[in-house]
Amino acid sequence: MQFLFRYANPHNFMRLSGAVLPFTAIGAALALTAGLYFVFSVPPDYQQGTTVKILFIHVPAAIMAMVAYSSIAVCSLLSLVWRHPLSDTAARAAAPLGAMFTAMGLITGALWGKPMWGAYWVWDARLTSFLLLLFIYLGYMALWNAIEDEIKAARAAAILALVGAVNIPIIKFSVEWWNTLHQGETITTGKLAAVYVPALLTMMLAYFLLFLSLWTIGIRTAIVERRARNLMKGASQ
Amino acid sequence: MNSFATLLMRDLRLAARSGGGAALALSFFALVATLVPLGVGADLKLLARVAGGVLWVAAVLSALLSLDRLFQGDYEDGSLEVIALSPLALEAVALAKILAHWLSTGLPLTLLSPLLALLFNLDVAPSLTLFLSLLIGTPAVSAVGAIGASLTLSLKRGGLILPLIILPLLAPVVIFGAGAVALVLDGMDGIGALALLAAFSFGAVLLSPFAAAASVRLNLGG
Repeated sequence: MQFLFRYANPHNFMRLSGAVLPFTAIGAALALTAGLYFVFSVPPDYQQGTTVKILFIHVPAAIMAMVAYSSIAVCSLLSLVWRHPLSDTAARAAAPLGAMFTAMGLITGALWGKPMWGAYWVWDARLTSFLLLLFIYLGYMALWNAIEDEIKAARAAAILALVGAVNIPIIKFSVEWWNTLHQGETITTGKLAAVYVPALLTMMLAYFLLFLSLWTIGIRTAIVERRARNLMKGASQ
Repeated sequence: MNSFATLLMRDLRLAARSGGGAALALSFFALVATLVPLGVGADLKLLARVAGGVLWVAAVLSALLSLDRLFQGDYEDGSLEVIALSPLALEAVALAKILAHWLSTGLPLTLLSPLLALLFNLDVAPSLTLFLSLLIGTPAVSAVGAIGASLTLSLKRGGLILPLIILPLLAPVVIFGAGAVALVLDGMDGIGALALLAAFSFGAVLLSPFAAAASVRLNLGG
């Protein structure tokens, strides 16, 4: 807690994040280059052919979509319970990134579904719950934008994010109950061929560092924007 | 408890006298149900097949119609602040409003559903399942809806953003509600789906007053 609150001060946060950002950004670029190299060099699957390579774009996006929402939920909890001032900004900055990752997961999933299932869209459990997740992201962002008073908007968005966090597992369960056609998780069950594992792990690392960098940039931009607004207000008085 | 009942009666009276909340939702429900056969064709087999889903979606949309006014009217004329100052906990106020909303929309929709099920060529058993699923599930619609209504109560165009916020959260209700009907149509037993629906509904009614009260509080500037 102590540690978290030290960086609640925007000044401290700007200093720390400014020092860390180059490393995460360069790390993301390196991991992405290495990951894409792996993706292009792995052999095609004996059943799926070259389309298996969509996996390396699709799975990390889906995972990051959930990581982003978890980040929003944790930030919202920090904001509601401990009134951590910077976490509102952080939650808000994570939302468009999460929505993008969700959309990416959906689009790559659809492109993968065409050769595999014969249709761009099948109403399978995972695709459907991700579509709902996308709408949850959109609703969250819309609520942020709709309320003018920034403090009220932050609180309302935080409540919504937590309600969503409670509900998402239930939605996931209900959608799975409704229909399952998608293949299950394959990394930890060892069903993914060993030759694909390094490529997938590198791509996951790349996505994670990318998310971290973009998130940091988003928070920093919001802080700078607020400072600029305060300066303008000060100048006009 | 007495002030709870007073608030409940007041909200029910307001719903009944300000443009007939229940009648409006019921007509909307029946209208959507009428438009569906016009859209998908009059094949009775097909209609029986889709009835559960269509009537559930129509019920959720009808309940949504009056939802944005759940707190907004009281917020605009200032009575919400007076109610918040009363000894009744804000959570209980939210529960009373949820109950009033359900009694003026969810319950009438449920009571009308057997008639619409008849128009969709549903047999007695699936029709009864639909009735039960609506009876069990519509309180969850009012409860989750109350969260959305309280979050958007200060917005002029809250009615636009409200569906975007709460419809994804209501997916389980539609899935289990319509799923129970589908199971019965397939000759299976819909009890499992109804039990899951009841669990969701119970959780929603139990927890959402807290979320709704928290967001009413923040909107009153507390």
